[in-house]
Amino acid sequence: MGPRVALFVTCIVDQLFPRVGLAMADVLERIGCEVDFPEAQTCCGQPAFNSGYRAEARDVARHFLSVFEQAEYIVVPSGSCTSMISHHYAELFRKEPEWLDRARAVGSRVVEFSTFLTEVMKVEDVGARLDAVVTYHDSCHALRELSVKSGPRRLLGRVRGLTLKEMDRAEECCGFGGTFSVKFAETSGGMVRTKVDSILRTGAEIVVSIDSSCLMQLQGALARANAPVRTMHLAEVLASR
Amino acid sequence: MSRTATTEPPKFRQTLEDANLQLAVYTATGRLMEKRREAVAADVLPEYQELRTQAHEIKKHTLDNLDYYLELFEERVKAHGGKVVYCKDGSEVADFVLRLAKERGARLIVKSKSMTTEEIDLNERLAHHQLESVETDLGEYILQLAHQRPYHIVAPALHLTRYDVANIFTEKLGVENETVIEKQTMIARGVLRQKFLQADIGISGANFLVADSGAVVIVENEGNARLTTSAPRIHIAVAGMEKMIARAQDLPVFLKLLGRSATGQPLTVYTSFLSGPRREGEVDGPEEFYVVLLDNGRTRLLADREKRQSLYCIRCGACLNHCPVYRKVGGHNYPWVYSGPIGAVITPQYMGVGKDPWLPFASSLCGACYEVCPVKINIPKLLLDLRSEVTKLKAKERAGWAERTAFRLWAWVMRHPRIYELMGSMTAAFFPEGETPGWLRSVPPFMNIGPLKKWLSQRDLPRPASKSFRQHWRSRRKGVR
Repeated sequence: MGPRVALFVTCIVDQLFPRVGLAMADVLERIGCEVDFPEAQTCCGQPAFNSGYRAEARDVARHFLSVFEQAEYIVVPSGSCTSMISHHYAELFRKEPEWLDRARAVGSRVVEFSTFLTEVMKVEDVGARLDAVVTYHDSCHALRELSVKSGPRRLLGRVRGLTLKEMDRAEECCGFGGTFSVKFAETSGGMVRTKVDSILRTGAEIVVSIDSSCLMQLQGALARANAPVRTMHLAEVLASR
Repeated sequence: MSRTATTEPPKFRQTLEDANLQLAVYTATGRLMEKRREAVAADVLPEYQELRTQAHEIKKHTLDNLDYYLELFEERVKAHGGKVVYCKDGSEVADFVLRLAKERGARLIVKSKSMTTEEIDLNERLAHHQLESVETDLGEYILQLAHQRPYHIVAPALHLTRYDVANIFTEKLGVENETVIEKQTMIARGVLRQKFLQADIGISGANFLVADSGAVVIVENEGNARLTTSAPRIHIAVAGMEKMIARAQDLPVFLKLLGRSATGQPLTVYTSFLSGPRREGEVDGPEEFYVVLLDNGRTRLLADREKRQSLYCIRCGACLNHCPVYRKVGGHNYPWVYSGPIGAVITPQYMGVGKDPWLPFASSLCGACYEVCPVKINIPKLLLDLRSEVTKLKAKERAGWAERTAFRLWAWVMRHPRIYELMGSMTAAFFPEGETPGWLRSVPPFMNIGPLKKWLSQRDLPRPASKSFRQHWRSRRKGVR
């Protein structure tokens, strides 16, 4: 039996895109992991942290740490939530040494899903098949805070029937930014429309990312533009066969 | 919208809907991005990342010991026959220039590009006392004619097309409508050459102040800064005191980074090292040389150990070019002369976070600014710190009650998984099925308020899943798929 893995599916996946969590569990089980879902989990606290509500973010972060303290690996279908835990909890608990230690201990075991496959499990071919032309969106926090760039592409490269067509603006932000998407709705809308143009230029049928939040923004804008392109989380692609 | 809002100012819309402006800004910044990418690529500058780290460390060291380096710099400038003048704010700078102009009978000032003088509205202050000061950088000259402030730290007239410039020249200079860029340049050159010859004082900025040599270093492409600092009989360099670097031998690190980050040039066309007035036997250079060191709030930034790094900025403009928000809303929607990510970080610190509380929130926190910053200023982190300061200030002022309460409630729910689950199920029940499976174009009017309305103003909304992941998971564990 492979390693024991606790899923942190994130609040967005839990409430809006449960199929992403299920796909992730499928893939992890397929490669031999023992998958667990600690039921007391909710959110990592990022919405409050990014909106300037540190005390509230800390409360939620403490809850997260208590829930996941015993886990061997915590695998997350999001670069953004992973980075919140592994990078930004340190800032949150800067003045609380005891919690800072706990945050560091848990933070070192939190791994973004694609990174878990390529770096921990050293797997690139998970036996997936998807007959489609896809393009890959680099989500900002995965790219710039976790240096996730080639891993998801290598995984996509091993999916049978799949063709990856890079877009010209792969690294440009989709404009989601959490509460930014509603606080600065028109700017955010302008940003995603620029991104959508770049996606459409590839002729791909599917946009793939490792963050459901970016995909929510992209799918929302694609649907609004009546564009014949859909979004899939990398986990969903890898679960296809 | 209230003064305390942390949301989009309504004026953004005008820029977002201006298709010509959008294209001009997107194209110009895109070109600068492309040039920078080529200039720092691993095959042409393998030491790029190392240079960034070095630049950060040199700035850190210099600013951590700024008191020492200011004294050293002053001593060296004096030894070369120049003079250092400390000014608390813009009015002290203007007073100094006016007094000097009066004593020396100066009538005309030529200026080379300087964001620091823009920061203190120096031209306006001098004009108020009938002292003419002419911008000689082409972009700045165009803007001075058009009475606009810089759109961009490095490329001040980035938002203007050659057709805009043709109209400005026709209106302000009375020349024929000329849309060929080279000919426009010749028109400006014709006017400005005369100004250089007539001017009594040249005012420049400074890209770097070198403490151990007492030199002012200026980089430019047009040659106007070299003329500004050598043709008139008096040269005044106005610089924020954070422009200091410790040693002349540190300069190559910055010179390698600045041009590349700004315009993709390995070096700018001109790099001037100015230390003191003309010496005996020299044929050119000014008779008098002053360095005005401006505080204008910098000591306050310096006092904050965390945020001190915002003073490391060398004004290359790369963060603006790479910022998806700047590229959409442009430079004039920011409240101060410093726009883009670095503007969003320094403006609240100079002006107080309560003045434009939305500013640190005008970012998707994508981190592109930090990635390209040649001195590694962690702009996203500083924005997050400032956001926290804004919410604290609002709590103190008893403003923003609704949002604060919402986040308190949210945090409470997130610590109570059963209530979180119950609320999730209840929310899902509110949403009707949409036309596209799972996606809604609209919601019933009673729900079309607040964040939902804002979301739907731009894109379709995912319908909350009728069964959450945890509910699926329970069935799965029971063997029911």
